Amino acid sequence: MSPRERPKIAEGISRRRFMRALWAAAPLLGGRGVWWPSGGPGAPKPLWRADRRRGPDPSTEAMDESGSMARALDAVETDPAIAGRPLVRYPEKTDLILLTSRPPQLETPKRYFAHAITPNEAFFVRYHILPIPTTVDLATWRLKLGGVVDKPLELSMDDLKTKFAKVSVVAVNQCSGNGRSRFAPRVFGGQWGDGAMGNAAWTGARLRDILTAAGVKPRAVEVAFNGLDEPAQPSVPDFVKSLTVGRIMDDPDVLVAYEMNGQPLPMLNGFPARLIVPGWFSTYWVKNLSEIIVLDHEFDGFWVKTAYRIPDTPCGCVEPASKPTRTVPINRMNVKSVIASPADGTHARVGDALKFEGVAFDGGYGVTGVFVSSDGGATWQAAQLGRDLGRYSFREWSFGLKTQRPGSLRLMVRAVNRVGESQPTEPLWNPAGYLRNVVDHVDVQVM
Amino acid sequence: MNHRASHVTLSFALLVAVSLGARAAEKSIKLPDDNAMAQLKPGPNVDVVRANCFDCHSTDYIVRQPASDAKKWEAEVQKMIKVYGAPISEADAKAIVEYLATAYGENGGKSRQ
Repeated sequence: MSPRERPKIAEGISRRRFMRALWAAAPLLGGRGVWWPSGGPGAPKPLWRADRRRGPDPSTEAMDESGSMARALDAVETDPAIAGRPLVRYPEKTDLILLTSRPPQLETPKRYFAHAITPNEAFFVRYHILPIPTTVDLATWRLKLGGVVDKPLELSMDDLKTKFAKVSVVAVNQCSGNGRSRFAPRVFGGQWGDGAMGNAAWTGARLRDILTAAGVKPRAVEVAFNGLDEPAQPSVPDFVKSLTVGRIMDDPDVLVAYEMNGQPLPMLNGFPARLIVPGWFSTYWVKNLSEIIVLDHEFDGFWVKTAYRIPDTPCGCVEPASKPTRTVPINRMNVKSVIASPADGTHARVGDALKFEGVAFDGGYGVTGVFVSSDGGATWQAAQLGRDLGRYSFREWSFGLKTQRPGSLRLMVRAVNRVGESQPTEPLWNPAGYLRNVVDHVDVQVM
Repeated sequence: MNHRASHVTLSFALLVAVSLGARAAEKSIKLPDDNAMAQLKPGPNVDVVRANCFDCHSTDYIVRQPASDAKKWEAEVQKMIKVYGAPISEADAKAIVEYLATAYGENGGKSRQ
């Protein structure tokens, strides 16, 4: 086991318990409903309803309390990481920050991270190859499972929904390269700001139940996953990822999800089904899933063997601008916290009561504390934590502060998880631009 | 048509398409065109870049990268060929590196847009 790959701590919370937690978290989710599970109060309207789309964006409402929408957009303009990048509206999506058009990479504006649940329409998008699927017919779509199994399967959506227990987990999905544009020295790759992440309630069938139904042969070692996206040229490697059989069978929260926040998945987030690997970076969460192959050997495909690898050191980092001697596939997420509001560069007056808020998360131990500093890190005070939606979820935090004197006020935030892991005050570096989790900060100009 | 109105119209058309699709157990979306703002800077060999690079990705994959010297661009182009399987000839690869190191070089000003 690599230093970064850690054993599981505990079983996931039961469906009933987390649904209860979600209900209880209603006020935290924005009152009017960033999202509601079907049958609940609020508005269980389909996300694609025109009136829903024209209605006020819940995150905009949140901004209206502390500032204005214009101020939020100003942050997009002034943040050097995303300056000059247009807001675009893709199918089933609200305005997101465009990173690349084809294959599409769309980034979630940071203000959304004031809330634990990221709305489907605001959830980031990242594809590797093209063409990507733009049409899926459930009448013909099948999830094929083959390889070293007793009984190969071809599952329809009905099969997935009726032949296996329906379970849910709230989990963060974060791109390995989130924050890459802030690396110094800079590195090639998708130049993400902070928005290549999101948190949702994922519902579907347990992958281990599906594998058990097929009967995994004892000599099976790894399982490979393919989606409907295809390479543009025969020489380009198809996007296929793998997990060990143990990773799947030991973890009841690894799912084949067909619902995201109580709705079918948006096409660009993996309709009709995607893999959910709680605690691990998005690269394993194969979208538009179509094929599962059980292997009797280690998978040697490009996207595991060559790409998405981190230095084999305890921090996953090396000296800036140096090369690692050994690498391992990226896996569990490290501890991270962000400040969603107020935006960096916000203006305030002396005596203003400011409310700082954001989310914190880790790779599945669970965040136990969030601390803020307004004196450059000399002293840290505990922030108030929001409702616990499970150990893989964003945890909301907030902190009230009255401005004392004119000048620049820097607020820093750091989270601590259940095993005492936290975040570095200086950024860590690796050649691919992964694992960024340096202490976040915003500067407020007090006048 | 102003920008906002065109957005609303486009969104509505897409929403109708998605809603109709959902009823027929089929979901279908139409992707927007490539980002018109992400134009390659003019320069020698830009046509070679156009001929070789955009089967697999749009121009913004280039214009958003950090400004880099010829050595780094060479490594990146070789990565596209050897690792990502881009079928680019040796002569074209050389021309592409020359273009990138000039238009998006460390001394070539800002690389974005």
